[in-house]
Amino acid sequence: MNDTLNLLIGLAMGLNLLALGTSRLPVLIRTVAVQGVLLGLLPLVLEVHALDWRLVLITLATVAGKGFLIPYMLTRAMRAANIARELEPFIGYIPSLLLGAGGTIAAVALTRYLPLLPEHTGNLHVPGAMALILTGFILLIGRTKAISQVCGYLILENGIYLAGLLLISSTPILVEFGILLDVTVGVFVIGIIVDRIQRAFDSLDTRKLTALHE
Amino acid sequence: MNAYLLIIIPLAGAVLAALWPHKGTRPLLLPAVGLTHTLLCLLLLVKPPVVDPAAWLAFDPLARAILPGVSLLFLICAWYAVGYLRLKEQDNRVFVPALLLVLGLLSAGHQARHLGILWIATEAVTLACVPLIHFSGTPRSFEATWKYLLVGGTGIALSLLGSICLGYASLHGGGSGDITFTALLAHGPDLSRAWVLTAWVLLLVGYGTKMGLAPMHTWKPDAYGESPGIVGALLAGGVTSVAFMALLRVKSVIHAAGVGAVADRTLLAIGLFSTLIAALFLLRTRDFKRMLAYSSVEHMGILCIASSLGAPGVWAALFHVWSNGLTKGALFLSAGNLQRAADSSSIDEVRGMSKVLPRSSLLLVTGMFAITACPPFGPFFSELLIVRTGLAAGQGWAMGLFLVCLLLAFFGLSRIVFAVVDGSPRRKKTNTSPFRESAGLILPPIFLLAASLWLGLFTPDLLKSAWSAAVLQLFPTP
Repeated sequence: MNDTLNLLIGLAMGLNLLALGTSRLPVLIRTVAVQGVLLGLLPLVLEVHALDWRLVLITLATVAGKGFLIPYMLTRAMRAANIARELEPFIGYIPSLLLGAGGTIAAVALTRYLPLLPEHTGNLHVPGAMALILTGFILLIGRTKAISQVCGYLILENGIYLAGLLLISSTPILVEFGILLDVTVGVFVIGIIVDRIQRAFDSLDTRKLTALHE
Repeated sequence: MNAYLLIIIPLAGAVLAALWPHKGTRPLLLPAVGLTHTLLCLLLLVKPPVVDPAAWLAFDPLARAILPGVSLLFLICAWYAVGYLRLKEQDNRVFVPALLLVLGLLSAGHQARHLGILWIATEAVTLACVPLIHFSGTPRSFEATWKYLLVGGTGIALSLLGSICLGYASLHGGGSGDITFTALLAHGPDLSRAWVLTAWVLLLVGYGTKMGLAPMHTWKPDAYGESPGIVGALLAGGVTSVAFMALLRVKSVIHAAGVGAVADRTLLAIGLFSTLIAALFLLRTRDFKRMLAYSSVEHMGILCIASSLGAPGVWAALFHVWSNGLTKGALFLSAGNLQRAADSSSIDEVRGMSKVLPRSSLLLVTGMFAITACPPFGPFFSELLIVRTGLAAGQGWAMGLFLVCLLLAFFGLSRIVFAVVDGSPRRKKTNTSPFRESAGLILPPIFLLAASLWLGLFTPDLLKSAWSAAVLQLFPTP
């Protein structure tokens, strides 16, 4: 079980670096989509001994939402705005890559000092979650295009979802489902806003959102 | 059952409003649902139901201490909304259902006794407010909505992470992963300390973002400044109170885990910082709706300061939730009137409003004195109680700084309010029709101010006992 788990999470962590290093929005969206699918499969791996229809349903919903629906909406928003590149990020690509890589190494190194249950030690589950959250924040802060920021938010959500999987055997499924729904709706609304911002500002550049200040 | 009715009635009202065919009569659903909700709340306030400890949603003492006030605020705002929406040309097919949705979700959030349910309700309220904030549809309101969503979304993500950490603390301590507050409290001493502290930091930042505590308050001036006055009133008096309630519930778990002193210290620090930042920005801002947002940041800080002072402090904080919510509501509604008549909210463009809208201006000035704690309005008594509790708890320095901040906030608020009200009005543009102060736009803020006055002068014993019961729920005597 641990091998498959480490493989999936390891790949997701690798995709972080791709997301941090690319300036092309289609690549970024696809990276986030693949990461979503990889993480969406995790419930099946984690609960391989106790598979039931609820778990399968959750997996299907996660994969469909994170892997297909949301990336589709983002691609549409991107086409509507007619932009394909993040040109002048606040934090450049090399610095964000270095930050992300350093953060990932630190997450792996620090995990052994965390008070974890025996079943959560010795694999990439917790460091993976921390690395994803960190990457999400770097993108959220370091990018200027609305779509890149939404992708950053998605990676952040992926990390939190990964952290939530620590509790999958104990927390009622119902709550998880609600969480899933909310995440989807949240991005849906963000998508609408992106659409509106594009109509209002033509460029999806959040740096132009500066009318409101003291 | 009644607990669910408080949620179901507004949600059903929202569906009905979405299907309602006539633009003109749709807003009438707001006071209808609001009145039902308030009556039900009052009934439950008078006759508290027996709460099943394991229930995920219930009208427990803590919900009883705050929700009726929010319900009352909504009812009065709903009354105002009827007159307000009549003036608007925009379609209200989204606005009215979203308002009702907010009421239903606020009821769910206040009554949530399960960490996950609480989070879902808060997230859903955040999303339901989005169409309310960009109701006016201007580029400025899009900007405000984008910032609200990005900052609020990040905050909400962090509070989910905090909830997961608290769940992990329970699991690590040998718990079954049951994350109802009852189970967490009962499990208190066994919870893993390290994870509890991590959870506290994340939840404080997460729910603190929703409350608008500095330095996570950056969305607030934009959102309050650009949204209609009624939305500002509900955000400042309703949505923030859910986040505050969440912090109170979480704090009781932190106390049970034996690290309450840390929680109190951080709350006091962030509360003082928020009050100070708000006071400083109040001295700078030149916009009277953004002024109200900074005042809201200030009062959220005051709530945090109060709740860091132990059981008597929490009692005072619950009092302050009521007095702040009602008074702030009156300010938002009267400021909304002025903004509509002047077509701006900047003190560079608006002046002499006492000659244009004498009644709304008088209300704004009275509300300003009420919110800056001039006797005999509600905020004076609640803030006095907070200062006395703080001095009794030996926090002399903190209270000194707190009083300085209140004084600075008073300078800031009065500077802006009198700049707007005094002087001679600018010449009106010729093609705009004059704004009339109809009863539907004047009576609701008067009613809110009267409620604040009544709360200060004759705090009903019923409410006092409700607050005491809530404090007892949070600090069960060992």
